Amino acid sequence: MWQSLVNYFTVDMLGLSGRLNDTINFFIYDTVKILFLLIVIIFVVSYLRTHFNTEYVRAHLQGKSELYGNILAAFFGIITPFCSCSAIPLFLGFIQARIPLGVTFSFLISSPMNNEVAIALLFTLFGWKITAIYIGFGLLVAIIGGFVIGKMNLEKYILLDVKPMEGELEDVGEVKMSQKQRAKEAWHYTYDIFKQIWLYVLVGVGIGALIHGYVPADFIAKYAGGDNWYGVPLAVILGIPMYSNAAGVMPLVEVLTEKGMLLGTALSFMMAITALSLPEAMILKKILHVRLIGIFFGIVGFGIICIGYLFNFILQ
Amino acid sequence: MKIEILGTGCAKCKTLEEVVKQAVAKVGGFHQVEKVEDIMKIMEYNVVSTPGLVIDGVVKSTGKVPTVDEVVKMIEEAQK
Repeated sequence: MWQSLVNYFTVDMLGLSGRLNDTINFFIYDTVKILFLLIVIIFVVSYLRTHFNTEYVRAHLQGKSELYGNILAAFFGIITPFCSCSAIPLFLGFIQARIPLGVTFSFLISSPMNNEVAIALLFTLFGWKITAIYIGFGLLVAIIGGFVIGKMNLEKYILLDVKPMEGELEDVGEVKMSQKQRAKEAWHYTYDIFKQIWLYVLVGVGIGALIHGYVPADFIAKYAGGDNWYGVPLAVILGIPMYSNAAGVMPLVEVLTEKGMLLGTALSFMMAITALSLPEAMILKKILHVRLIGIFFGIVGFGIICIGYLFNFILQ
Repeated sequence: MKIEILGTGCAKCKTLEEVVKQAVAKVGGFHQVEKVEDIMKIMEYNVVSTPGLVIDGVVKSTGKVPTVDEVVKMIEEAQK
């Protein structure tokens, strides 16, 4: 219905046709669709999140067996907020509670990768099936990545000497808040995120609309399509420094896949953008040896590349 | 009353500092506001998500920036 309304506006009212109509029609249609669904989905995720905080997660992970801990940590990563400036206190706090290094990394990988903006945009642009597969694969990378890091005995690369806590953490339990308070906080959070990303979305959709209207499909298919073996690793390398632009890149990904870029390649790109962030690595450098950060990036990067190929293979 | 802001220096921590200053001005009276950037000290409060807000040694909020009114409420409750 929304599409026919936009069609009526651009074709009947403005009298546009051809490529110009394609471009402007796409821009209006996608901007409104994306912004609307972003607000709805971020609000829902933020509301769910008011039930958990990182302290709760830590108390819950304490004393769990290793692989079970990896799995639990990866799932917690979906629902708990994570800001990269919390990376250090989170890391040290987890070690202090004697949570294994691998389990800590499972959380650290899962949390930014399954963030609400990535989930909201994926759902908006590709539907629930792709979103579910993305989350599933994201969890897999977090669980296996953390497990492998845990098995490598890398504790010596932690630069600060953290004294383990005496005794057990008291279980902080669920956060106590009224429904109204939760809704208020979720709305506050949604507004906050919206303020940060709306411009990226507009720019992203704008560039996407231009590509949609004016760039021929075979051009993209030739460079990012199925025949190029290097598409996936290249997408991952390009994604690492782009962390802050996740919101703007997603609309581009939509157009690129529509024009022939393989979905696995696109998903690898997105995972790299959200899970491997350069700013986070710089922050972690204060407490972790570069070698440990390198291993972390290496393992996660490798996992993301595997998933990209796997996804491309499944869909072919 | 001693109000501490726990944070390693990110944007959200600075926002919280501003919010606390406004709240203190609203409440009135003399309160000691201190920014805690030392990670080991933050750990002592068992806080793993910054920014954190501590009033008289009690952790009041973690991982988010409360509004000015919310902070005012926290201060008033602690005064009782």
